Amino acid sequence: MALVNWLKRHFVVIAGLLTLGYLLLPNVVVTVFSFNKPKGRFNYEWQQFSTDAWKDPCGVADMCGSLSISLQIAFWATVGATVLGSMIAFALVRYRFRARGTVNSLIFLPMAMPEVVMAASLLTLFLNLGAQLGFWTILIAHIMFCLSFVVVAVKARVMSMDPRLEEAARDLYASPVQTFLRVTLPIAAPGIAAGALLSFALSFDDFIITNFNAGSTVTFPMFVWGSAQRGTPVQINVIGTTMFLVAVLLVLTSMVISNRRNKQKA
Amino acid sequence: MATLTEAPPPLSPTAPEKKPPRRRGRFTPYWLLLPGILWLLVFFALPMIYQASTSVQTGSLETGYKVTWHFATYWDALADYWPQFLRSILYAGAATILCLVLGYPLAYLIAFRAGRWRNLIMVLVIAPFFTSFLIRTLAWKTILADGGPVVGALNSLHVLDVTSWLGWTTGDRVLATPLAVVCGLTYNFLPFMILPLYTSLERIDGRLHEAAGDLYAKPVTTFRKVTFPLSMPGVVSGTLLTFIPAAGDYVNAELLGSTDTRMIGNVIQTQFLRILDYPTAAALSFILMAAILLMVTFYIRKSGTEDLV
Amino acid sequence: MITVTNKNTETGGDVRLSGISKTYDNGFTAVQPLDLTVPQGSFFALLGASGCGKTTTLRMIAGLEEPTTGTVHLGDQEVTRLPPYKRPVNTVFQSYALFPHLDIFENVAFGLRRRGIKSVKKQVEDMLELVQLGEQARKKPHQLSGGQQQRVAVARALINTPKVLLLDEPLGALDLKLRRQMQLELKRIQTEVGITFVHVTHDQEEAMTMADTVAVMNAGRVEQLGSPTDLYENPNTTFVANFLGTSNLIEAEVDSRSGGEIVLKAGGGKLVLPEARYAGPTTTGGKVLVGVRPEKIALTHADEAGEIPVGRNRITGKIADSSFIGVSTQYVIDSPVCPEFEVYAQNIDRDDRLVPGAEVVLHWNPAHTFGLDADQDIDAGIQEEATV
Repeated sequence: MALVNWLKRHFVVIAGLLTLGYLLLPNVVVTVFSFNKPKGRFNYEWQQFSTDAWKDPCGVADMCGSLSISLQIAFWATVGATVLGSMIAFALVRYRFRARGTVNSLIFLPMAMPEVVMAASLLTLFLNLGAQLGFWTILIAHIMFCLSFVVVAVKARVMSMDPRLEEAARDLYASPVQTFLRVTLPIAAPGIAAGALLSFALSFDDFIITNFNAGSTVTFPMFVWGSAQRGTPVQINVIGTTMFLVAVLLVLTSMVISNRRNKQKA
Repeated sequence: MATLTEAPPPLSPTAPEKKPPRRRGRFTPYWLLLPGILWLLVFFALPMIYQASTSVQTGSLETGYKVTWHFATYWDALADYWPQFLRSILYAGAATILCLVLGYPLAYLIAFRAGRWRNLIMVLVIAPFFTSFLIRTLAWKTILADGGPVVGALNSLHVLDVTSWLGWTTGDRVLATPLAVVCGLTYNFLPFMILPLYTSLERIDGRLHEAAGDLYAKPVTTFRKVTFPLSMPGVVSGTLLTFIPAAGDYVNAELLGSTDTRMIGNVIQTQFLRILDYPTAAALSFILMAAILLMVTFYIRKSGTEDLV
Repeated sequence: MITVTNKNTETGGDVRLSGISKTYDNGFTAVQPLDLTVPQGSFFALLGASGCGKTTTLRMIAGLEEPTTGTVHLGDQEVTRLPPYKRPVNTVFQSYALFPHLDIFENVAFGLRRRGIKSVKKQVEDMLELVQLGEQARKKPHQLSGGQQQRVAVARALINTPKVLLLDEPLGALDLKLRRQMQLELKRIQTEVGITFVHVTHDQEEAMTMADTVAVMNAGRVEQLGSPTDLYENPNTTFVANFLGTSNLIEAEVDSRSGGEIVLKAGGGKLVLPEARYAGPTTTGGKVLVGVRPEKIALTHADEAGEIPVGRNRITGKIADSSFIGVSTQYVIDSPVCPEFEVYAQNIDRDDRLVPGAEVVLHWNPAHTFGLDADQDIDAGIQEEATV
């Protein structure tokens, strides 16, 4: 009876932690198997411990090249989507204009559209225009689908911002440009940063749209896809583990720093 | 998701004091909108039109395609691929329900019970994003491998007998069955459920729970009558963010499934990139788009939340 | 046309609004054409319920709102079309609008820096001393209490030595005790720096405590303008009479006039009103609203009615309710001339017979009676105050 009561009281915690485990289990497997020394081409079964892959992460033909292409595309897609998306978000929150509903729908639709539909239709456009598929077509596609997410993130932030802050700046002798640079932009920065981070993650990890519009260019997700057919090198797991750890470390460090800063000031 | 409706400005006497500041320069908003909107028009809206025209073309790769208003492509596509359509809806629906059932406790845990662990758990929910989802999906091949510990455990508990009888698995295997595909879909889109759920749960004032308890509601009743209704916006946007990408996905079906678990995404991809039958592919993706937009509109109407996220 | 004439003839820093009005795009007129002069160095309050146009008027002086018609002058300079960042006017915003990403020092230095002043340290430190926040310079706004934030907002505006300081409900977010304290504080600062303050508030007590001159606004118009005592003792409209404090208003009829006094009939009895305190027509039989403030009235038990000196206005009634609040007791009296007559009696010699149900006589010096035009809503201004 005591056990039943205990389970009842902690049901949410237990269920939540089980879900967390389900979410993290694949990452544990990826990490463990980055130390595997598989027989054959596929890294699906545990054979023996080895650090070979960690010593030579770029030892697989084309993998690090594809990683570099992915990083470049993600970088430029982030820059493009963040700039264009933030501009739209500011216009939506701070101004009244006609065709607002149309603009809102145009922002909403790419998020409510299965990727495969956008991928196929974009490819139709490129084929019709006779465009050369590759780096640029991928970049165009990535900016397109990241844009809406940036708009949503920045819009939320700017909307929660007190319009009196901008009035106060203008009242205190800041010209419109100064007001934007000194007040609006710094306060909107967390929203813009969130949008940019999301863009980077979405672009870097995108497979479906890229697969349609890449031509012969190979991004990292496409390399992984190809290797699932041809044989999965252990180095893939090394890259996956490294990215996971870097992400966790970056976030934790920034959290510790901001915590400490708050404590010092308080 | 953006607000779909714009409320007219209120005409109450206090309206002017709450209005956003009006700027000089009537054209500024249009300049701000122009580049981004142009981008979306050219690379999102225009392709849709191209695709619409492609779907009613006939011809072949060698002779070229012409618009002949050949609507029969749609009927042929539906007749040939309705099982894949149905499967997509079923798998995506099952994955969405699973995501809701699994994701809600975790979102609740983060919002109300995690205390100082809240940020750490948030990081752990988001961090897997940074390991390519393809790599993580491949890891399920290892986890669900034939004769592996998971399959072994399910076997000895006779779970697989039940699921086989239901047609979810075949024999001693989990890989290459519907169960594996749904499991992969659930896994991949779970964070898209958890994050909006968390956002709407976090907005709920914790004192409401105390108030409900004070007014003779048992914890379960409090959840049913207070917490869950207040988290509806999160439930709606979470299910949409899970269902839409899941219905169009083909990665999980390809990596974890078999030819018997092919979803509509697989068909579109094959038609487009391997068979090069552009009209059929275009028609299929148009049907998928229309079906999803219809369902989404109906769902949003039904749940009464038109302002999402 | 309402103006306050300055005692000294120099008008170098007066704020002059001429024919100024504001109609929004949605057709709502927040401010009706209005003329208003705020003398240099005065503490001026715009008082009214929310939505009366007081904040819009303030924002037009600040340049945050462009007037639909009319002009704004600061001294001899016309600033009507000047953007806010080019006006020698600063604002203390409602809920302060402190920049959350800047610390206190940088918030206060903001205006100086925008005007290209390089060495701001000394000035900012002096200013923070003035508002007693020297220790808090490196904190962020959210780390300060409401009262401290309020003082930062004042410092941030004052450091620019504006010609006019505009305060938009600056104390609205503070609790009652702190509000009292800040009222005195602001008054002190104003006396110290001698800058013109224009203060917008819905709190009549706050306006009367702080301001030299109060303009009572209602529905986009100035109802009355004057010193706090003047407004309180001689309200021109029922709105002012009810919005500032409490007034007992009695519907009466002119009976006769003699020797600077008007004799009125109300119910069965007669009331006397000094002619000087009524501006309307006094033809016999004409309607007049007679007003008297609750604290001017004395209360005597009906048994001792004979002891009341002659020559006082008197009304009989029955106590309906009484509440003891320490310094005074507030009575509600039912009388044939006016239901719910309010009387505040000082607790000096308490008469134990004055309990609900007791028959009483209310009486007051006729000099304390004021008259209002009867063509007005007798309850104007009551609801507004109750909801804020």
